[in-house]
Amino acid sequence: MSNARMAPLADKPGLRRAQDPLWVRVGLTTLAVLVMLVLVVIPVVNVFYEALAEGLGTYWRNLTGDPDTRHAIGLTLTVAPLAVVCNVVFGLAAAWAITRFRFPGRTLLVTLIDVPLSVSPVVAGLSLVLLFGLQGFLGPWLRANGIEILFTVPALVIATTFVTLPFVARELIPVMESIGPDEELAALSLGANGRQIFWRITLPNIKWGLLYGVILCNARAMGEFGAVYVVSGRIAGETNTMPLQVELLFQDFNTPAAFALASVLTLLAALTLLLKMWVERRVRRQAAEHQAQSKVPIQ
Amino acid sequence: MARVTARVLPGFRLSLSFTLVYLSVLVLLPLGACIVTAAGLTWEQFRSAVWTERARAAYALTFGASLAAALISSVVGLLIAWVLVRYDFPAKRVFDSLVDLPFALPTAVAGLVFSNLYVANGWLGQFLVPVGIEAAYSRLAIVVVLVFIGFPFVVRTLQPVIESLDAEVEEAAALLGANRWQTFRRVIFPSLMPALLTGFTLAFARGLGEYGSIVFVSGNMPFRTEIAAFLIVSRLEEGRPNSYKEATAIATVLLVASFLMLVVINRLEARSRRWDE
Repeated sequence: MSNARMAPLADKPGLRRAQDPLWVRVGLTTLAVLVMLVLVVIPVVNVFYEALAEGLGTYWRNLTGDPDTRHAIGLTLTVAPLAVVCNVVFGLAAAWAITRFRFPGRTLLVTLIDVPLSVSPVVAGLSLVLLFGLQGFLGPWLRANGIEILFTVPALVIATTFVTLPFVARELIPVMESIGPDEELAALSLGANGRQIFWRITLPNIKWGLLYGVILCNARAMGEFGAVYVVSGRIAGETNTMPLQVELLFQDFNTPAAFALASVLTLLAALTLLLKMWVERRVRRQAAEHQAQSKVPIQ
Repeated sequence: MARVTARVLPGFRLSLSFTLVYLSVLVLLPLGACIVTAAGLTWEQFRSAVWTERARAAYALTFGASLAAALISSVVGLLIAWVLVRYDFPAKRVFDSLVDLPFALPTAVAGLVFSNLYVANGWLGQFLVPVGIEAAYSRLAIVVVLVFIGFPFVVRTLQPVIESLDAEVEEAAALLGANRWQTFRRVIFPSLMPALLTGFTLAFARGLGEYGSIVFVSGNMPFRTEIAAFLIVSRLEEGRPNSYKEATAIATVLLVASFLMLVVINRLEARSRRWDE
């Protein structure tokens, strides 16, 4: 769609957009930079300033001295990948079904996948309590069979998976839609089976979109607060993830330790952004190569 | 784009049934449990849970703060998207990727740092508090942190649209004697409107559901700075025999609101797709 609109511009390199007057350009740019400074840059700098306010030694002790904090770091690094793996499998299945076949209720399914995005995480957490809690629908049965879910690590994984469910699928569906089924159909006609088609055709084609979805999903999973707040019971050293531990330390007026842990989360967010930029660059390059290749036979 | 009419590729049943089972178990079953529990209440129980003075104050705050934040996010987002697409300045790439930071940063971190910045001796609070601007532990604090969380939605929905604006249309407007401001107001702004509306709605919906950051910045005072999600949690934690039912009733109100938002967002996205074509 946008290609058609971009084409005439590219063909006329001499045509330049009307420029705004210099004072408008400088004024708006300054304003935008100021807004970003106040909204984004100062907060990030402040996280590290507060975390390191009492020196590197204290910072390190705050992070590693408290067994509950150490446990929280380990727990987040376990729960988030588990949720991501679940949602990758789901995303692949959903994208395959939605983009390669037509069936009744297909649009409804696409909408359903978006539901966790608009449900408040606290409501999601409460719903899981109503399902797995002692007064809930499955709680008594689970208890009779000796299974505890609420206030345990599985509950954290389920809540995190709920909240991050759409991220991989939402990235994959448009990617697979735009690639189209031609290559897979060709492979099929050449005698490839389902597994061969997936590993040799589909996966290589969608790998960057998939990675992008994984990055977004993982970032959200590591930062998830509302849903895990409700289902975890917030037991320090057992079910407190990093964000929950930050809140606990903050409530205990242990601000330096809260900021120390927050700085780890901020570093993980920065890492996420760097990875995202790298993937985006790869995707752009791939798209450009793709276009160049498809242009050759026409010219 | 080729359309698959016959189901020739393998894996239709497997992928569709897995998708449906996964969605049902993980999303529909819990949300169904919420709705069934709420439906089990008598009308009187439901009404007395969702329509207390405290609950009404919480809805009004949740709704009002999200609305105010989404409006501010729209203005800020339009400014940043415009500058990023149209002007060149040093470190623009870094600037551009920083817009994504609120997506990647855990909301608990945002809450922690914003509450620290705007208190009386904080980096920004030391200038703002003396002139009467209390942006920590107040309603304003909620709006500020929701702007942080919401503005990237506006920037990211507007950017591609501003990029695809036809230069010739602006040229034509200029040739017909319009000045830059008139061109912006009459020609550019109307074509940005659908995307701006989508961005606004996304930011608004995100604000309605936000919890993690607000817990830190608002102070959570009933009637004053308590949002609906916090009321659900505190009802749940009261531990009275009926408190989880009251929490469920309030949650149902939020659930209905978020389904309405989902419908609105879908409509808007469908409309802007039509616009693109």
